[in-house]
Amino acid sequence: MTVILGQTFTGISIGAVLLLIALGLSLTFGQMNVINMAHGEFIMAGAYTTYVLQKSISGAGLSLLVALPVAFLVAGALGALLEWLLIRRLYLRPLDTLLVTWGVSLMLQQLARDIFGAPNVQTRAPDLLTGNITIIGGDDPLTFANSRLFILGLAIAAVVALSLTLRMTSLGRRIRGVVQNRDLAEVSGISTERVDRTAFFIGSGLAGVAGVALTLVGPIGPTMGTNIIIDAFLVIVVGGIGQLKGTVIVAFVLGVLQSVLEYSTTVSVAKVLVLVAIVAFLQWRPQGLYTLRTRSLV
Amino acid sequence: MTEPTAPKGTTVVAEWVVKSPVLKGCSARAAAGFAAAAVALFALAPLALSDFRLGLLAKYLCTAMVAVGICLAWGRGGLLTLGQGVFFGLGGYAMAMHLKIADAGPGNLPDFMQLYGTATELPWWWRPFENPLFALAATVLLPMAVAAILGSFIFRRRVKGAYFAILSQALTAAFAIWLIGQQATTGGTNGLTDIQGFFGYDLNDPVNQRMVYFVIAAALLLLIALARQLIHSRYGELLVAVRDSEERVRFLGYNPANVKLVAYVVAAGMAGLAGALFVPAVGIISPAMIGIVPSIEFVIGAAVGGRASLVGAVLGAVGVAWAKTALSEEFPAAWTYFQGLLFIVALAFLPGGLASLVGIVRRRRAARAGGEPSPALPLGEAA
Amino acid sequence: MSSGSSGFSSFKGSRFSRRRVTAGAAALAAVVALSACGAKTDAAGGSSDKAAKADTSGDTVKVGLLNSLSGTMAISEVTVRDSLKLAIEEINASGGVLGKKIKPISEDGASDWPTFAEKANKLIKEDRVVATFGCWTSASRKAVKPVFEKNKSLLFYPVQYEGLEESPYIFYTGATTNQQIVPALDYLKSEGKKSIYLVGSDYVFPRTANKIIKAYAKANGMKVLGEDYAPLGSTEFSTIANKVKASKADAVFNTLNGDSNVAFFKEYKSAGLTAKSMPVVSVSIAEEEVKSIGSQYLAGQLTAWNYYQTTTGEANTEFVKAYKAKYGQDKPTSDPMEAAYTSVYLWKAMVEKAKSFDPEKVKAASDGITFDAPEGKVTVDGASQHIYKTARIGKIGSDGLIEQVWDSGKAIKPDPYLKGYSWASGLS
Repeated sequence: MTVILGQTFTGISIGAVLLLIALGLSLTFGQMNVINMAHGEFIMAGAYTTYVLQKSISGAGLSLLVALPVAFLVAGALGALLEWLLIRRLYLRPLDTLLVTWGVSLMLQQLARDIFGAPNVQTRAPDLLTGNITIIGGDDPLTFANSRLFILGLAIAAVVALSLTLRMTSLGRRIRGVVQNRDLAEVSGISTERVDRTAFFIGSGLAGVAGVALTLVGPIGPTMGTNIIIDAFLVIVVGGIGQLKGTVIVAFVLGVLQSVLEYSTTVSVAKVLVLVAIVAFLQWRPQGLYTLRTRSLV
Repeated sequence: MTEPTAPKGTTVVAEWVVKSPVLKGCSARAAAGFAAAAVALFALAPLALSDFRLGLLAKYLCTAMVAVGICLAWGRGGLLTLGQGVFFGLGGYAMAMHLKIADAGPGNLPDFMQLYGTATELPWWWRPFENPLFALAATVLLPMAVAAILGSFIFRRRVKGAYFAILSQALTAAFAIWLIGQQATTGGTNGLTDIQGFFGYDLNDPVNQRMVYFVIAAALLLLIALARQLIHSRYGELLVAVRDSEERVRFLGYNPANVKLVAYVVAAGMAGLAGALFVPAVGIISPAMIGIVPSIEFVIGAAVGGRASLVGAVLGAVGVAWAKTALSEEFPAAWTYFQGLLFIVALAFLPGGLASLVGIVRRRRAARAGGEPSPALPLGEAA
Repeated sequence: MSSGSSGFSSFKGSRFSRRRVTAGAAALAAVVALSACGAKTDAAGGSSDKAAKADTSGDTVKVGLLNSLSGTMAISEVTVRDSLKLAIEEINASGGVLGKKIKPISEDGASDWPTFAEKANKLIKEDRVVATFGCWTSASRKAVKPVFEKNKSLLFYPVQYEGLEESPYIFYTGATTNQQIVPALDYLKSEGKKSIYLVGSDYVFPRTANKIIKAYAKANGMKVLGEDYAPLGSTEFSTIANKVKASKADAVFNTLNGDSNVAFFKEYKSAGLTAKSMPVVSVSIAEEEVKSIGSQYLAGQLTAWNYYQTTTGEANTEFVKAYKAKYGQDKPTSDPMEAAYTSVYLWKAMVEKAKSFDPEKVKAASDGITFDAPEGKVTVDGASQHIYKTARIGKIGSDGLIEQVWDSGKAIKPDPYLKGYSWASGLS
């Protein structure tokens, strides 16, 4: 019983990480249909921001808190730049975007290697976040890592903020308008270009925030982005493009599935099984868990 | 999302196909092209290049074989095949398994099984590969069978565009992880290495290495001829029509799923053959050739050259592979900048690839001469 | 619309495509004819190229440096390349080898095994290097091994590895299993650890190492409570940490590589496991990795190597000083870097003893060559082409350095096939 409960908690913590890295994509890929392979490198930019800030701010906790908004701006600016330089030319060719941004990601990795050196770098986590809290005491205590708790909180906060932005603000209404009918939005006087760039800024900025959070649980190095990018895309694809709730549900479901399978088999087998399950699921629901219903034939 | 320059009807598509530069050339020109390619591959290259460079060219030609399939499936059919690594790997492993068994000699286990495994005899799924004919057939048929099964599910459910691309990537990742996990029977991350012989020929002998090169060059020309034939057949026209307007083709009474499936399966077979010939040329097949990265690199070669043009895709694949070698030799610490830049410039600013430059020049010249400009090349995107 | 379509299909007369088939067939016939004559010319003309020998004619000789400078393995291999360059510079400053200066040719293996094979070929055949230094992962070594054997050229491999290999054209200057893993197990046994948990990356070294560990444990009354492998580059370790914790083992034997270590130790600490409650012995964590993970997570954990930055001796003081002077005061030195540095000097000594750069003569001269390496005096075992090394267990300090807590006393004779250990007889 403790094992099942324990793995569920572990799954939720894996899901929180997945959700955070996929959240930015739910905007750029999910809403705008841009397959940005450099998203992983924006996550990396966020992680390196934390590293740089720690050099000047000594307190580990304070630097982490400062890093969150700074990383959002750094990664967001990178994203807006990418959008302005390349992606806006490619909105009608989503699959070319994939290949072009792949080239961008190669260059950003090499850039990180040249600036920060090839080896990974370290950041210090505040002591508060290296411990854990006990949920059930006893001989086989059930615990939840504080760092994961922090990430879970951050992910929830980011989801709430994003969905409020999309629902409540005029920017959000404009973004949704452009997603649902670009021509009509343009005719109604919305500058679709500016909306695109703003949405891309926010999506990429969220990647930067995810990068800050990842310094608590993973390595900080030039190739950190490539290891997670496909998982992030899978979350969006399974969740359904254009739907935030699909992303949230799928991130946690995949996390729990992975952790339960991992416990009973091995990491490799679990990964293969999860991928096969995803492929099978898409047979059943090719448009993902939730879909935007439209009248279009395609 | 539909193609913005969506054709007004199949007539337009048909018109474009007929007027496209590929078909405009009469068969004599194609034959001349083939002859020129044959001379370059079979006479000039062996004379001009050292053994080492010729070996590298053999490797590039293998990626070009994959590109022929990508040209068909992606350029013509609009299916962004980001999973060619799987089929390349299936073909490569099928070939390498046979060669490893042959190297070990009858009754012996391949070297890595003795080192890392506990089995005293060949696993059951290795057994059939002892037979050279089975192995040879499997290099092409196995990838095609896998593609047929996958494709029939995927296309019937109308999974396409970004979904298809990401799904393909997930599958390559799953396949690579599975291979790595089976170290005792697949060699794990190492893959199958140290291949000594090729159907009785000693691969250490430079003369035999050249023979392998000639086999690869001949296979490439054969595949190009095959793909050309397909593209210019009635099926090829249907494929382009599906790419440009799937719904319309459906309303005309065709099943687009079947049309796509054929292109997907043929492309998989070509990738399988490429993988199989890669093994004697390079002497190794490993999961490193299967994952997401090599799969993207296969596609990028074709895209840089021009996905919709056979010549463009083949030259692009060879060119990108060559550029990777040349750049990394010249700038071992900074070559990825140049590589990334090459992809970005070629794809963002020349959507039809380098091959479209030919069309642009020709149109300019025609315009200057006061002639009718030929229609622009559609972008070939079915998202 | 339909009329357009049918009109279109009728346009394609059968005559048209038949002509094309004929053309294709003609082209292919030409191909076959040409290929036959092409092959013949090679047989005669190719032989001059076949004897591509190392070039020792000028007043410089070239050596190859083959490391991953891009891709996932760059995090480790770049420092090895730096260390190799340092040794070459030092040797050139003191007059070179046999009166010739060494010119290093650096190539990027790009963390991709077929690329390693391609670059090895290039170094040997195009640059005609006299020897090559580098490779890190076993997979890259296995990929280049046939290339060096085929061309009878020498590779110096500077990383600890899983043993079970003695290529006639490779010199192994890192530890084999009986110089690192077996002593680490001896140490754990002497500390009274009765049960262990095995965690490793999913590739050849950890799997082979764990096979050896299990055989050792069986013969020595230790219990192996679990065994887990994560795919290379995997950074999600919460489940493995849970499993380790639930096993209540006395110690963990860690053969994870690269990025995974960072995630593993962060998770390990989060799970409430400490060096006191359940120590981890790592065989792939050196000073460079400690720096990237952070002593916050590692303090008190154990490592098994043959060299630490803190190893005493004048040779090491000099090495550390020279390295930091060249690459920066904050750059640590580590075992693979030291083994790489040593390999260049060993090669120099072999060449000087052989009075020739010829690989066969260098090999013949190799037995008994010694060098006062930073790790202490090392001796080449000519039969196995490995070197005698002292095993050292270290404890990671809060300052990020590793302090030695135990050593084997004398340099251990390399035994890549573990022939001298009765419990290892079933391991092939």
